Amino acid sequence: MKRAVAITVNGVAHALEVDVRSTLAEFLREGLDLTGTHVGCEHGVCGACTVLLNGEPVRACLMLAVQADGHEVRTIEGVAPSPDELHPLQEAFRAKHGLQCGYCTPGIIMSACAFLEEEPAPSEEGIREMLAGHLCRCTGYHFIVEAITEASRTLAARGKA
Amino acid sequence: MKPAPFEYVVAQDAADAVASLARFGDEAKVLAGGQSLVPMLALRLARPAALVDINRCRDLEGLDDSNGALTVGALARQRDLERWARSRSPLFRDVLASVAHAPIRNRGTVVGSLVHADPASELPALLLCLDGSVTARSAQGERVVRADQLYLAPLTTSLAPAELATRARFILPPEDAGWGFAEVARRHGDFALVGCITVLALDGAGSVSHARLGFFGVGATPVRSAVGEAVLTGREPTEVRRAEAAKAAAGALSPDGDLHASAEYRRKVAAVLAERVLAAALGRCQRPR
Repeated sequence: MKRAVAITVNGVAHALEVDVRSTLAEFLREGLDLTGTHVGCEHGVCGACTVLLNGEPVRACLMLAVQADGHEVRTIEGVAPSPDELHPLQEAFRAKHGLQCGYCTPGIIMSACAFLEEEPAPSEEGIREMLAGHLCRCTGYHFIVEAITEASRTLAARGKA
Repeated sequence: MKPAPFEYVVAQDAADAVASLARFGDEAKVLAGGQSLVPMLALRLARPAALVDINRCRDLEGLDDSNGALTVGALARQRDLERWARSRSPLFRDVLASVAHAPIRNRGTVVGSLVHADPASELPALLLCLDGSVTARSAQGERVVRADQLYLAPLTTSLAPAELATRARFILPPEDAGWGFAEVARRHGDFALVGCITVLALDGAGSVSHARLGFFGVGATPVRSAVGEAVLTGREPTEVRRAEAAKAAAGALSPDGDLHASAEYRRKVAAVLAERVLAAALGRCQRPR
């Protein structure tokens, strides 16, 4: 069973026919070739596929593409302000070695984007609690916490400037 | 695509959803937040012939806090309740912080969690402890199902397949009541191995006038402990009495053992958590003057 949907992804409107069984993650990866949204466990546990739906982080594997009809989605491809400039979170992950294999990174960055908007000056405990929704098997999380802390400072400094 | 094929129906309002459910008999499932249903579809643990998507039903939205009760529409997300709780209820705030993670709570609905009836989830136990209920609507009309008559078995409620849970109602504890919540889970946000919720209120003489003691993760359904509550009610909640209540409550539980924790461990932890939450609740009680 197929259905027409209109979904805005990273500011671009897309009108496509999707199978009602496809998840939003499949729509992004296979329909739009936006493979930055990674798929790990496919049942909501690992957090790799996290994207922003109307500005709020959600699991793209736990939502059918048809349910995103009429909504706005932001993925890792839509985070950087321009092709040769990184978002402060991306910059901080690079500077602080917040990633190794990089599989979990897009999901964490998307969650962190929304998290820092709600909590611009987070505690380490708050960051760790947010990270509990994301599995990373390489880093041990320590450098991720540092990266998010660093990004929060950069963003705060920009806000004041 | 992992799920088995299904027909996808978008309901325009609650009446439309109920009509669709009636049309498919017991072959349809309601899709609200989908945070439990979509994984079950992916694993093919659920193979419904149709999904009735209620996300466009404006009449199922909303959260209303008035006259001492909180009414939550079927489309209110757990995140909506969390935001309400920040300024209104530290009990709800603490409970919700343990429900999965923010990206799940952004989509997952309160009512969906209540009627999904996972015995290890927090909200059903909270509904029990707050004398709550769920309103079910079918083509035949509406009925209110009290929390203590809702939970039958793991993932099984007394609602019929053609009934739509349209809203839930929690009776908010009196202003001067104390509360306690604790759970043990492998990781933050995981399903609890054992969890415990309590609400206590005292009368002018310092005796317990209102006691609720509930557990989750310790059996087929969330449970309220009649024996534990009886030990406390009408008496002064001294340390000895609280320990007695906790012990009696845990002794009456019949938890299952599994890969993650044995039945014996769960019973032991239940007693420890009950003592802790009762102490916390007493500390938060304000005695009426």
